[in-house]
Amino acid sequence: MSSMMEWIDERFPLTKVWNEHLAQYYAPKNFNSWYFFGSLALLVLVNQIGTGVWLAMAYKPDATLAFGSVEYIMRDMDYGWLLRYMHSTGASAFFIVVYLHMFRGLMYGSYRKPRELLWIIGVIIYLAMMATAFFGYLLPWGQMSYWGAQVIVNLFSAVPVVGDDLSVWIRGDYVISDATLNRFFALHFLLPFILAALVFIHIVALHKVGSNNPDGIEIKKGPKGNKWSPDAPADGIPFHPYYTVKDIFGVGVFLILFCAVIFFLPDMGGLFLEPPNFEPANPLKTPEHIAPVWYFTPFYAMLRAVPPMFNSQFPGVLVMFAAILIMFFLPWLDRSPVKSIRYKGPLFKIALGIFAVTFVVLAYLGLQPATPAKTLLAQIFTALYFAFFLLMPLYSKIDKTKPVPERVTQ
Amino acid sequence: MKRLIAVIAMALLPVAALASGAEVALEKANVDLHNEAAIQRGAKYFVNYCLGCHSAKYVRYKLFTKVGLTDDQIKQNLIFDGSKVHAHMTNAMSSEYAAEAFGAPAPDLTLEDRVRGADWVYTYLKSFYTDLGRPTGVNNTVFPNVGMPNVLWELEGIKDPVYRYEVLENGHVVAEFESEEEADAKAKTLEGDVRVEKVVDSFASRRPGKLTAGEFDQVARDLATYLAYIGEPVKLERQRLGVWVLLFLVIFTVLAYMMKKEWWKDVH
Repeated sequence: MSSMMEWIDERFPLTKVWNEHLAQYYAPKNFNSWYFFGSLALLVLVNQIGTGVWLAMAYKPDATLAFGSVEYIMRDMDYGWLLRYMHSTGASAFFIVVYLHMFRGLMYGSYRKPRELLWIIGVIIYLAMMATAFFGYLLPWGQMSYWGAQVIVNLFSAVPVVGDDLSVWIRGDYVISDATLNRFFALHFLLPFILAALVFIHIVALHKVGSNNPDGIEIKKGPKGNKWSPDAPADGIPFHPYYTVKDIFGVGVFLILFCAVIFFLPDMGGLFLEPPNFEPANPLKTPEHIAPVWYFTPFYAMLRAVPPMFNSQFPGVLVMFAAILIMFFLPWLDRSPVKSIRYKGPLFKIALGIFAVTFVVLAYLGLQPATPAKTLLAQIFTALYFAFFLLMPLYSKIDKTKPVPERVTQ
Repeated sequence: MKRLIAVIAMALLPVAALASGAEVALEKANVDLHNEAAIQRGAKYFVNYCLGCHSAKYVRYKLFTKVGLTDDQIKQNLIFDGSKVHAHMTNAMSSEYAAEAFGAPAPDLTLEDRVRGADWVYTYLKSFYTDLGRPTGVNNTVFPNVGMPNVLWELEGIKDPVYRYEVLENGHVVAEFESEEEADAKAKTLEGDVRVEKVVDSFASRRPGKLTAGEFDQVARDLATYLAYIGEPVKLERQRLGVWVLLFLVIFTVLAYMMKKEWWKDVH
């Protein structure tokens, strides 16, 4: 065995990679449950790619065949229904774990120096995820697929001057059609591999700067020497085996919840699989109420909250995209002397609490048909969403912080 | 602040009106997918009363071997056009003809249950009433102005609507009357945005059908059960398998937790 490893190591740095990223990668020993979501996101990505490739073997990206091919998968293909539910539930699970992963970052200041690039790569991953999910949602070619895509692509036509040409260019047609379906399938197949590459870069960046932790303390700057190595941070433990065995437990808990949905509630009461999407796409019949899937609805609510100006929906589109792009600037908006919420003052805690509620309320509002009262609410919460970011330089600076301990706490 | 609270309260009220006609309270179908006899009967009613116009084109006849029928029983009782048992449940009606005859092509019903739910199907089938203003002579409270005739009339009989008159003030129902005159009189006493709406309150039998009301309810329930079954034939198998998967995962997770505890003993 060891002679074989030697043979490989002379030609490929397998032992080196193993040690640098697993066996001798020292992660802070005080990770809590919030730190499960990174590895879970990776697990769901693998699930999506694995099930997706098999689904693609039976799926037909053709406007006349797509809907039927999904039913073929559900009915005639052995365990096709399982692959399909794993994929559709996986899409929602991906966003759930990534939203929790991002919230963890917000709580413990994982976006702060020296992890700015790590955070930015993460936001790019989130964008790529949204694009992948959007392309994928058209593929079943149901009513919601069709009209949801119609609404989103129409957003691009709100861009001044080039808007109409831009939306035609995206669709490859004047309406969502076979050409659109075919290209969305191609992009839906391509993007996950780009996503995987981005995740790789995310992990490379993480291992360069080292993991943050619930105390927001840089263990690399602390004392050296632990029982595994005299040069390693004293508060670090080898990722493998300690965090691999811990993450396996996290995977178990996650899979219990994930499989409970797959086997007992695959449509999640119409949230993961929407009832109108069991009706084939019909360009001549607009559904009563069009709403994107739940993970897009916070942004959709913000889009609808902005009234048209100068006869154009463009301001709403700008606000929606700004809501995502503002995340890129987060590392420079936080002026607090401490990273973690554990040592931040009441202002930040209140702001983050309001932000979490805001996100959930906006998600709810985006699912509902617009009424004057709901639009007003959406406007209030859109303002709160942006206030969290834009006022952060102020409240994070004047906030009363607590002293940060030298060493991580348990 | 009070206004804000009021706005939040209003916005969080459940949305009452999702689709036109959805205000009609749906009756519970109480579908039981374990009841294979109900699915078999539903299949019989479907091929006799529905399949002429509606297809179930993603379903193969062979499927019903999973609810206790043999190939021969399927051939003799469910297939009228000489199709093979492996064939899909299609029909000969073109969507062009259907559009001409009924105003819209009859939708494929494979996934009707997943689109609308069993309660909708059940209540819809029971909610046809005489309306001579319609080309088919009937209307439906669950699906107003539907193009479909009441194909089950022979079994159910013919029903007339019994109306009630609702007086609305500023969009809220303030009073209900059996006659239009009383409603109008009441409306005159009110101020603000007042209108009177004619609503189908209940049905009165004009001519009994071959079945009693209770027997017909069973027919509607059988059809709803059948549609729920073909909407997702794998549902019961999925749940059976799910129990084992979860059982495995619980054991796996307990062991994983014990393994983690063991490894982490030396982390202080």
